[in-house]
Amino acid sequence: MTPTVYEWLRQSPLTGIFLTLLAYRVALSISRRYHGHPLANTVLVGAGLLITSLLALGLSFDEYFRGASFIQFLLGPVTVALAIPLYNNLARLKRSAFAILCSIVVGSVAGVASAVLIATAFDMPPQIVLSLAPRSATTPIAIGVAEAIGGIPTLAAAFVIVTGIIGAVLARPLLTLLRMNDEVVLGVATGIAAHGIGTARVFQVSETAGAFAGLAMGLTGFVTAVVAPLLVHFLLS
Amino acid sequence: MIETFLWLLGYQFAGELLARSLGWPIPGAVLGMLFLFLTLCVRKGIPDTLRHNVPRLMTHMSLLFIPAGAGILAFWPLLAERPLAMAAVLLLSTLSTLLISALTLTLLLRWQQGRKARS
Repeated sequence: MTPTVYEWLRQSPLTGIFLTLLAYRVALSISRRYHGHPLANTVLVGAGLLITSLLALGLSFDEYFRGASFIQFLLGPVTVALAIPLYNNLARLKRSAFAILCSIVVGSVAGVASAVLIATAFDMPPQIVLSLAPRSATTPIAIGVAEAIGGIPTLAAAFVIVTGIIGAVLARPLLTLLRMNDEVVLGVATGIAAHGIGTARVFQVSETAGAFAGLAMGLTGFVTAVVAPLLVHFLLS
Repeated sequence: MIETFLWLLGYQFAGELLARSLGWPIPGAVLGMLFLFLTLCVRKGIPDTLRHNVPRLMTHMSLLFIPAGAGILAFWPLLAERPLAMAAVLLLSTLSTLLISALTLTLLLRWQQGRKARS
């Protein structure tokens, strides 16, 4: 490759967009080949393939993100669109609204408390503990909360992503193991513990589970933003 | 497709404007989702364009998280300081969050059913 061509490759948004779509399509084939096995998760495999190709091409994340930011931008409208599957499940939502809301509050508190307590038990430095606290919320909320309580925002963002991937991979096997086969329980638990990445995963399983995951993700964000600063203060004092 | 994106981006726009003018730390898109949901409840129906296009959009929601997933590359030096302890903390806390949430909901749903059956 001549230097000018390589320079273009690094500068053009086309590179990031094309590589992302390609990595996703390959990940989708792998996921289908293994009949949706949890470890063949499309975000996990797709991101793994992408990181490998960025390293092979010698591209930095910032260069990649010039194009990839266009894809990430679509998260906004797609989050809004979660209202439609939720409305399709209105009857089920009305019937169980109280139980779902209570679980979301309990789960959000558990999300913050488990991170703070376990990280303290592992002797993590305070700045890391504070960056871990909001990791169950979606990225923008987690970054805001981490900043407010004295964590490191970029580190918090990394924890959010890893948490989402872990939750997306483990949620279904865990609940199957415990014989909890209710789609609503799968959706709500995944939305609380693994925000959007978990929501995207359970949408591949069923629209109902996806709808409740989306609701749980949104409300967990609210509750975490309100509760995390108080709870962290209480747990660490 | 154009109408679908006008709806979705319009609600996200409204959500962003409200969150920013009130200084709330809530993403505009999450507020937009709640507004759209309330609109559908009031309208008692889903506009045709959304009913046709949104399900296809949702099937590929995973695609949109791949850039963030690749972001682990940029954060790697921060994550790899104590890799094993870090992995253990993230794994254990995520598992316990999942477990507590699922158990709470299962028990509450059972309790609710029991109450209905008795009444």
